[in-house]
Amino acid sequence: MTVTLFIPCFIDLFYPQVGVAMVKILEKLGHRVACPEAPACCGQPAFNTGYWHESRAVAAKVLEQFKDAEVIVIASGSCGAMMKVFYPDLFAGTPHAQLAKTVSAKCYEFSQFLVEKLGVTDLGARFPHKVTYHDGCHSLREMHIHDAPRKLMASVRGLELIEMQQAVCCGFGGTFSAKFPMISTAMGEVKCDLALDTTAEYIVSSDSSCLMHIQGLIDRQRKPLKTLHLAEILAPS
Amino acid sequence: MSTAAVQFKRDARRLSADRRHREIINTALNKYAVKRDEKKALFQDWEGARQLAAEIKWEAVNHLDRYLEQFVRGLEARGTQVHWASTAQQARDLIVGIARSRNARSIVKSKAMTAEEIHLNEALEKAGFEVVESDLGEFIVQLREEAPYHIVFPAMHLTRGEIRETFEKKLHDAPSDEPEELTMVARRVLRQKYLQADVGITGANFAVAETGMISITENEGNARLTAALPKTMITLLGIEKVIPRLEDLALLLPMLATVGAGQLISGYNTMYGGPRQAGETDGPEEFHVVLLDHNRTALLADAEQRDSLHCIRCGACLNVCPIYRNVGGHTYGTTYPGPIGGVITPNLRGLQDWKHLSYASSLCGACTEACPVKIDLAHHLLQNRRNASQQKPSLWQKIAFKLFAPVANCRVLWILVTKLGRLGQKLHPLVLGKPFDPAYVWTKTRDLPPVAQQSFKEWWRQRP
Amino acid sequence: MVEATTISPKFECRNPREIRNPSRDGLWSALGFEPPAASHCMSERENIFGRIREALRLTAPQPGLHDAAPRSGKRVTDLLPAVGRSFDENVALFHKNAVELKAEFRLLSSAEELRVTLANLRDADGWTRAASHSGQLTDAACQALGLPVLLTDTAFDKIELEKCPVGITECDALVAQTGSVVVTNRSAGGRALSVLPPHHVVLARRDQLVAGLPEAFALLKARYGADYPSMLSFITGPSRTGDIERILVLGAHGPKKLTIFCL
Repeated sequence: MTVTLFIPCFIDLFYPQVGVAMVKILEKLGHRVACPEAPACCGQPAFNTGYWHESRAVAAKVLEQFKDAEVIVIASGSCGAMMKVFYPDLFAGTPHAQLAKTVSAKCYEFSQFLVEKLGVTDLGARFPHKVTYHDGCHSLREMHIHDAPRKLMASVRGLELIEMQQAVCCGFGGTFSAKFPMISTAMGEVKCDLALDTTAEYIVSSDSSCLMHIQGLIDRQRKPLKTLHLAEILAPS
Repeated sequence: MSTAAVQFKRDARRLSADRRHREIINTALNKYAVKRDEKKALFQDWEGARQLAAEIKWEAVNHLDRYLEQFVRGLEARGTQVHWASTAQQARDLIVGIARSRNARSIVKSKAMTAEEIHLNEALEKAGFEVVESDLGEFIVQLREEAPYHIVFPAMHLTRGEIRETFEKKLHDAPSDEPEELTMVARRVLRQKYLQADVGITGANFAVAETGMISITENEGNARLTAALPKTMITLLGIEKVIPRLEDLALLLPMLATVGAGQLISGYNTMYGGPRQAGETDGPEEFHVVLLDHNRTALLADAEQRDSLHCIRCGACLNVCPIYRNVGGHTYGTTYPGPIGGVITPNLRGLQDWKHLSYASSLCGACTEACPVKIDLAHHLLQNRRNASQQKPSLWQKIAFKLFAPVANCRVLWILVTKLGRLGQKLHPLVLGKPFDPAYVWTKTRDLPPVAQQSFKEWWRQRP
Repeated sequence: MVEATTISPKFECRNPREIRNPSRDGLWSALGFEPPAASHCMSERENIFGRIREALRLTAPQPGLHDAAPRSGKRVTDLLPAVGRSFDENVALFHKNAVELKAEFRLLSSAEELRVTLANLRDADGWTRAASHSGQLTDAACQALGLPVLLTDTAFDKIELEKCPVGITECDALVAQTGSVVVTNRSAGGRALSVLPPHHVVLARRDQLVAGLPEAFALLKARYGADYPSMLSFITGPSRTGDIERILVLGAHGPKKLTIFCL
């Protein structure tokens, strides 16, 4: 099938390797990948801040560009939640209401797509390291993704997964990290402590936005941890 | 920013960095979490229980007029005097009036968040009554002249040493810092208060419409004594506490205890339907119930957020909220902290003044997941943000988001942004970490990721 | 979240309300009404009901729509913790719960055994007086104790009650599911007797054991439905608090010891 990829702004600018990994994985599985040049944003920042009208200006472009897609795969759980869960609410009562529902129905987060839509769990990947997994909050609680990434990791040769004691928010929260930086930092520290307790070398997630915040803390405080997106582990080398 | 917002940010900044505070709160809440999960696992179907509990509260709140009327009829049939207060001031006046009419001098109180909400104690003390909090945690914070820290555990933030000091200073009776001995000191002092008090004031967890009874949940027995010994009993409760049937308590009481305190059921769950009846030999001669609106009808009118009136004040959302766990209960500066506080306070006390509580959340959704009556908490925070921005948009944010749209949507402009981003990052070290660093809110505590040498779109464009 | 079509008016068109000042007048203005003149209590009731009815003209979303779990359609009994299917299973469950809660529970085989047990308890704890109420089981118990007894069936002095080291009562039911004792002020000698003395002794009969909370509430309704006593109480374990560093302490205000004898 033709998979239309949505690459969020932070992946485009900061973590292009994640997008590249996803393209390689999908092509190796025999699918054609499409990726509209624009837009770069799903509209979540404005939406979360309460500026729904301005959010719609950005999100409408997404609807337009993706309306004919066969299936839409989003390279992040938080943008995935925006498009799958919140677009219908954002556009309710507007001319785009029906289109929003149509597009929403076609949306998947990447790991969810592999496991639940394609039925694929083994990509022949190898990653002989101790790893702990961070579930992004929107992935976990809005998109209800929990097992898919774990099934994928279970097939990665050499990978040892150790779960953290609690599934707690990393503290990024989008604009929250800028509006309440000290609380955001404290939450990130709690997350890092939980990860360190597992003795894992890597924190892996399907949400690069979370990892951006966690890695930023790791670098500043020189913690013995590294972050990695799940797609980077699964990609053919 | 409102005064409340300034205070919140200031306190949050201080407490987020306070590792000792973080440790105390997390230790307490982790202990609770173990017990809570044990008890949840005992339920045959916890998720099914949540759904049924949500349906029970939905039925009650969405037929509030009918059930409230039935509740009051039942109470009055047994000689209870029912009073109605639209505002906090009216409620305070009513209660002071009742105490005066009974020639009271001393009043003993069991825990009531609604009384905190209307600042009842100050009003009673101003009117010349002695008021003693009988719940141990409330008693301790009352002695310290502090607000309660948590709706279920008012003294969660205090160590035994701090409590010992308080008892030494205020009661001149603190043999040691052992919790057992400190509790016995409080027991001795409070026992006399129960016996001497003229008026007992309680809150209520539920109001049972079918049988015309209030229901009080507690562990210490202080509410039982408050309702047994003084000659006059006054119960203050919000109108939203109504539930349809007595048997609904069979579900709600264990759920409240499980997520509220990690117990299968609390020590004392007591239903009161009236003052001392004919043939009864103890209990209050007069029983007054004060029903409080205080903007609950405004919440009711907001059909989108009406389910916030389902709240049974269990504290489950506070206990899982990562913001609450880092900044603590006092930072919020309101009666109801945590997620539920973030949802209802802007609607009860002023959207513009209190919207910061709705913004002080990463929207992680743990609260929604934890709520035993399925209040859509995280989404209500989003809705409050929307309402606040619609009502009074912030000019610079509106402009910023308006400018962002064409940049995000246009291929050429985004290419420009990518290139500017790389350039900006090269220049960034000049201002890094300084207050005029545009990314200061981030770089103060975190490193920024490098803009990639080749963005994804650039890689994609050059593919064959 | 919710579809705009189930709420009227729709998201965009709503007039956001500003509750500036939570006074009655402010609230009235916010809702678009002229504040009424100063009113007495009856009128306040009408004000509140008026606002409730006005508010309820809008329909709220059905409960739990935002949450994945579907309606289970199960009865409360199938949602709550499992209970035993026989008397023996339920007695064992009650015992287990009671012990976990630091209450003492003894299943006795005869009235004689109760008499002996009570006498031993009296001697071990050094009781010089007791408080109780009239009842089939309590009469026999008080007789066995041979101590001065304050009876709460008629007017009594609460100061005297406070001095009694033990309060002996009957009950309405024992609940296996939670280890609770159900009392009312009619079955247990008033409101204070079961909570003021530092030791509460409950005398129950085997046929009073019920499986779970739903059965307990049904029992109360069946027994008292026509004329409820003014107090119904579910007592689970002795009085407790965790308010100081989450450390469990017994006997915060109510009884430090709870002993349940089941005949």
